[in-house]
Amino acid sequence: MKALRLHRELTAIWRTEPGLRGQLRSVNHSDMGRRFILGAFFFFAVGGVLAMLIRAQLATPHSAFVGPAVYNQLFTMHGSIMMFLFAIPMFEGLAMYLLPKMLGARDLAYPRLSALGWWCYVFGGSILIAAMLAGVAPDAGWFLYPPLSGKTYTPGINSDVWLLGVTFVEISAMCAAIEIAVSILKLRAPGMRLDRMPLFAWYMLATAGMMIFGFPPLILGSILLEVERAFGWPFYAPELGGSPLLWQHLFWLFGHPEVYIIFLPAAGAVSTILPVMARTKILGYGALVAAVMALAFLSFGLWVHHMFTTGIPHMALGFFSAASTLVAIPTAVQVFAWLGTLWAGRPQLKLPMLYLIGFFIVFVLGGLTGVMLAVVPFDAQAHDTAFVTAHLHYVLVGGFVFPMLAAAYYWLPHFTGRGRVMRLGEAAFWLILIGFNLTFFLMHLTGLLGMPRRIDTYPEGMGWTWLNLLSSVGSFLMAFGFALFAIDVALQIWLGRLHKRNPWGAGTLEWAMATPAPAYNFASLAVVEGRDPLEDRPDLPAVLARGDGWLGHARHGWRETMAVDMVSGAPDHIAILPTNSWLPITTAATLGGFFLSMLAGLYPLAPLFLVLVAMLGWRWAWSNGQRRDFGPLPAGPGGAMLPIAAETRGTTGWWGSVFALTASGTLFASLLFGYAFLWTVAPDWPPPQLIARAPFELVLAIAGAVVAAVAVRRGQWPAALAGQGAIVVAMVLLIALRLPAPTSHAYAATGATVAAYVIFHAALAVVMLAFLRARISAGFVGGQRQGEPRIVRLWSDHAAGAGIVAALVIALPGWFA
Amino acid sequence: MLALGGCAGPLSVLDPAGPHAASVATLWWVMLGGAVLLAGLVFALLAVAMVRRHRDDRVADRTWIVGLGLAMPSVVLLALLGYALFVGGRILPTPAPDTVTIGVEARRYAWAFRDPAGRVSENVLHIPAGRPVDLVITATDVIHSFWVPRLAGKMDAIPGHPNRLRIVAARPGLYRGECAEYCGTGHRDHGFTVIAHDAAGWTARERGAR
Repeated sequence: MKALRLHRELTAIWRTEPGLRGQLRSVNHSDMGRRFILGAFFFFAVGGVLAMLIRAQLATPHSAFVGPAVYNQLFTMHGSIMMFLFAIPMFEGLAMYLLPKMLGARDLAYPRLSALGWWCYVFGGSILIAAMLAGVAPDAGWFLYPPLSGKTYTPGINSDVWLLGVTFVEISAMCAAIEIAVSILKLRAPGMRLDRMPLFAWYMLATAGMMIFGFPPLILGSILLEVERAFGWPFYAPELGGSPLLWQHLFWLFGHPEVYIIFLPAAGAVSTILPVMARTKILGYGALVAAVMALAFLSFGLWVHHMFTTGIPHMALGFFSAASTLVAIPTAVQVFAWLGTLWAGRPQLKLPMLYLIGFFIVFVLGGLTGVMLAVVPFDAQAHDTAFVTAHLHYVLVGGFVFPMLAAAYYWLPHFTGRGRVMRLGEAAFWLILIGFNLTFFLMHLTGLLGMPRRIDTYPEGMGWTWLNLLSSVGSFLMAFGFALFAIDVALQIWLGRLHKRNPWGAGTLEWAMATPAPAYNFASLAVVEGRDPLEDRPDLPAVLARGDGWLGHARHGWRETMAVDMVSGAPDHIAILPTNSWLPITTAATLGGFFLSMLAGLYPLAPLFLVLVAMLGWRWAWSNGQRRDFGPLPAGPGGAMLPIAAETRGTTGWWGSVFALTASGTLFASLLFGYAFLWTVAPDWPPPQLIARAPFELVLAIAGAVVAAVAVRRGQWPAALAGQGAIVVAMVLLIALRLPAPTSHAYAATGATVAAYVIFHAALAVVMLAFLRARISAGFVGGQRQGEPRIVRLWSDHAAGAGIVAALVIALPGWFA
Repeated sequence: MLALGGCAGPLSVLDPAGPHAASVATLWWVMLGGAVLLAGLVFALLAVAMVRRHRDDRVADRTWIVGLGLAMPSVVLLALLGYALFVGGRILPTPAPDTVTIGVEARRYAWAFRDPAGRVSENVLHIPAGRPVDLVITATDVIHSFWVPRLAGKMDAIPGHPNRLRIVAARPGLYRGECAEYCGTGHRDHGFTVIAHDAAGWTARERGAR
């Protein structure tokens, strides 16, 4: 009876409101996870249809099915959709849905941010699809190399669609990365030490960390290319001191980690599903965690292997070749840990296991060709041919799609609470496996026979004809397989019979709840004493539903979940999560206004939308917090008392700011790398005209930064405001008076961009300081509630530090010239 | 190797016509052999793990993680890297007395070759057979990539960044080249021909230039 009452009370607090209004205002992680997964599958289908068109065109020589102009849009959109609109959102959705449940929590750290990410994904993806339907889709290849993607050779809006649409979608990736990292580190069940975390959480932690460092270089590169296209600032134009190679470095600095960003979540799913299928424990938990961390680290050191043929010096080639082969070692550790697990257990050939076998076959072959491509002399032959197309599909389909199909069948009973209907999944597996290998295995040979990527027709007599025809046949087999999979899933959702909980006998916490999951996940939170809490205590679901764990109550209409010490998992405080809101969708729509006005060339309109976004951000931040202290409140069994988040330190808000600033700092560092790279490598350096000596601006910026840093520590808000204001003035003066015109040379353009970065952050700090003053007057800061000043200090210090770096970097050349 | 029927072709990496392409083709066959062995090992372990019945003969965790996961790939990769560095060093444009240097300029959608005498030929590259030829490759508009698969690996043609590539044709003859880096709607037709002359033919060409 108590369980039922608790269920009603918690549902009233956590539920998504009925109707369309409820859907638009929902922030629940299960809703968001399901949406991301369905949205990603929709884009997978779109990308798949594009692939069908590509294979139809290539099936025979001299094909006249589509012309080169359309074909170029087809392969560009196929790659872009599969990378940015399918793979990343798909694992984000899976992680959003699963992580809180696996970690024994009620939701993610920033539910409204997940919703914002969802709407940014929908709107950004819509821009790309709309452009494709209008016939102006991007057509410079999914890595959009300038000068081909620049204004001269792509005068239409095709490249702008990519740069703006993809960047819009990346807002959602950055939101997800910060949210996932903080949620894993802070919002776990009491007692879940780091070494008791499910492996999937370790994999996602590494993935989120890689996204925080990996996406900013691409976002920076995209901003620079869009500014070059829109305003003529030459970053990549060699005739004005830019370099097309700068784009390649920034792109692959993102693009290589990206491969592992996609692979790791899937490998995390493998490490979760495989031991359950083998009815045993994973072999080498610690070794796997170490391997994942090594992969995450190494993956940032081998981006140059995408650029082996760009004229890199021999020594550097050797280094990056060695690093690229080195990455095979942590991958091998994982593969053999999985094999050892199967060896030690009693594997059952259930449907998820069948797809895992497909994963082994395809992924191992992709890994082996990857090692081949890391060998520089061979890469010089195979690069930019069908061999590389084959390799990357083996890695991505093997390393992502097959594990995701296994995951779909493994967790589908959790989403639906239902069992399977027909045995379509087996037929789908064989069609996909055979079709895939027929398509892509042959493509290795096609590439070695000299067929380059991205050609729309080819002559006879090259030896490519029969290979291409068979590849096309295979691709259609594969497409039937995916269609069968979709039908199978739909049948299970609509017609499947209700099924008992935990059909696989798993030990992780996501199965310790009713399925489909209630809005609040757990009526009370488990105490975790091992890696398989559900196996240790089979009665756990009933215990938790009765409210006999932590936070087994409903009070003040609060959405409460536990925040723990990062390492020990000891209960630390009670996090109170925000409720349903219009803010995510309105903010995303306003951001959409910014991107659309940029796309339409209405440049004066664009900043107005940013001001609106800032105003919405103000309202958003205002809606959190308390005007009074509550003191420690009852939290756990045995009368344990804990403070709420607003009255403590080390909150999710503080950590979120730390990660957001880490990402922004990475973007700034990438910009400084670009500046140094152009100075040493690009043609026409040093520039014809250097900066005028600027002693006043240098002193003003440094003094402003020092004043801001000191004042924000003493709580002297007007002085802190003045300090940040001085930084803004110094940077504006540098751009307006001292630097040459930004359109004249890459030197001036990069200098002005460095200053613009600081202006953005100092202006943000000004807004935050003003916000803080208002919050103090309104009574949100006071007593134990000192979290907001600590967060503002982080942002203010970042702006001040960047101001000093920027002033030195911009002003010094004037002295030494 | 030519006996392997499907491997011949005007653009085939596996049908080399010069020492550089030949050493890479050999590298490929060696790597293919290694890959077949390793894939066979993994698939055999997987198959046995799925079907075997006696579960009491446990293999130690250390064997899987340290032996197969760390040690085995380390040895294989070190050997491969050493071999690759050796091959890579041999195909570098190191100074040689009889080298011919030719300028290559790519544009949409043609190739211009400037020989040592300053003559420019469009879409036809004349080289001497049996002698090292250094190409200084650049582009005037977007990025292209110079590739004659039967002679050597490819090298990108990047505006503002001249790159150097050495090619050697063992025998006189005609070889096809193509643009490997996507460069726009005419990318598929952005090819060229290499004519490798015998010593007499090359001397005649040089004389004709004077």
